[in-house]
Amino acid sequence: MSWINLGEVWKVVVFGLLAGAGLPAIFALGLLSLSKGGRTQTAGADSDVVVGGNPAGMVAAAFCFLVVLAAIAWGIYEVYKIGHPAAK
Amino acid sequence: MNDTLLVLVVITALCFDFTNGFHDTGNAMATSIATRALSPRVAVALSGVLNLVGAFLSLSVAATIASGLVDTKLVTLTVVAAGLAGGITWNLLTWLFGIPSSSSHALIGGVIGSTIAAAGGHAIQWKDLVAKVVIPAGLSPIIAALVAATGTYLLYRISRSLTDRARTHGFRIGQIGSASMVSLAHGTNDAQKTMGVITLALIVNRTVPSTASAPFWVILSCGLAISLGTYLGGWRVIRTLGKGLVEIESPQGMAAESASAAVILLSSSFGYSLSTTHVATGSIIGTGLGKKGAEVRWNVAGRMATAWLFTLPAAGVVGAGAYALAHLIGGNAGVIVDLVLLLAVAAAIYLRSRATKVDHNNVNDEWTGSVAPAEPEPAAAA
Repeated sequence: MSWINLGEVWKVVVFGLLAGAGLPAIFALGLLSLSKGGRTQTAGADSDVVVGGNPAGMVAAAFCFLVVLAAIAWGIYEVYKIGHPAAK
Repeated sequence: MNDTLLVLVVITALCFDFTNGFHDTGNAMATSIATRALSPRVAVALSGVLNLVGAFLSLSVAATIASGLVDTKLVTLTVVAAGLAGGITWNLLTWLFGIPSSSSHALIGGVIGSTIAAAGGHAIQWKDLVAKVVIPAGLSPIIAALVAATGTYLLYRISRSLTDRARTHGFRIGQIGSASMVSLAHGTNDAQKTMGVITLALIVNRTVPSTASAPFWVILSCGLAISLGTYLGGWRVIRTLGKGLVEIESPQGMAAESASAAVILLSSSFGYSLSTTHVATGSIIGTGLGKKGAEVRWNVAGRMATAWLFTLPAAGVVGAGAYALAHLIGGNAGVIVDLVLLLAVAAAIYLRSRATKVDHNNVNDEWTGSVAPAEPEPAAAA
């Protein structure tokens, strides 16, 4: 065996960036979409109101959060698969 | 066959698993506790439960942690017991100083040390040790830091139009989810390592055939031990990770835990057994690098890195010493003397820790350069 498998290291880096930085970014986009609308603007600068009330924003937010949840479910399935090599 | 010795080894292994749990609570929960996304006690309870679930997610221990690194034909129950003693001692010492060091390295180091003492250096697969343990240990914190820094940058960039309070509020929820994933991954990875050691002991003792996977009682007891350890919470390590390295805000917390979860799960699926501690620490440093104006306390990071370098050899020296002592006395009595000594060391470290107590009440106090927060002034307390 070789000392270091650069191919696999790159895979961890690329997929790590996609899952570890990409998914939180999608979550952030969801928060941003959620905040669109009048309610956050009238609430003022030191409020913790996140939901703005814009319908399109709400739909986009729901989509983002669903993507993140689906990815988490997939992640848990992966953990399960590692522990159960026969269950592929 | 020596069932008395086997029972002692299993108990010692479960004790190691317990120290593994409380040493590593911070890997998953330090950032959520620091940003107050979760109250300290809820955080450790959640993490404990998820560690138990994680232990069950992985029902077949494919290979024991040591089988690829040492020649198992040369391993005896005394070797395993001495190796565990080395691992536990290092875990407790680093916990006392609040240093997040790798429990996996402590275990591997201990077992390698006792194997060398018992059979000599030729019993170690040195090349595998470097390729499977040392190189991943060097790379994983760097990769985790890169992912976490990227995530942190993106989160602040995307959410910059939100008010500070709304942002904190929103990302705290994301933090709870991502920290839960780390707890789950931790239960799977780390509980499996102890399951591997106990299975190795069962095989060495010919209680089970050499092809056996971990019996159910091994999975259950390892899951419970790591979960209980996690629940008790290594507050000293949590404090260093959550307050000592970087002052963390909730977007950084979410970025750090997402990076840790992704890197741990991905590496496991590619067959790298790496240290959850190294990954979590790398991620937290990464969030400090990814946010403009955030400060990474490099002196704290440097002290940790130094401890990491010493983990394998130091646990190894204790493991070797424990084997030499047990061998000198001989038989079950030798192992019993080892374990009594281990208990004495553990008790001494515990008593020492009481002098500078860190618990759920003061874990979030201002970082003043040491693990134990300064005693509050009577006037300030009022």
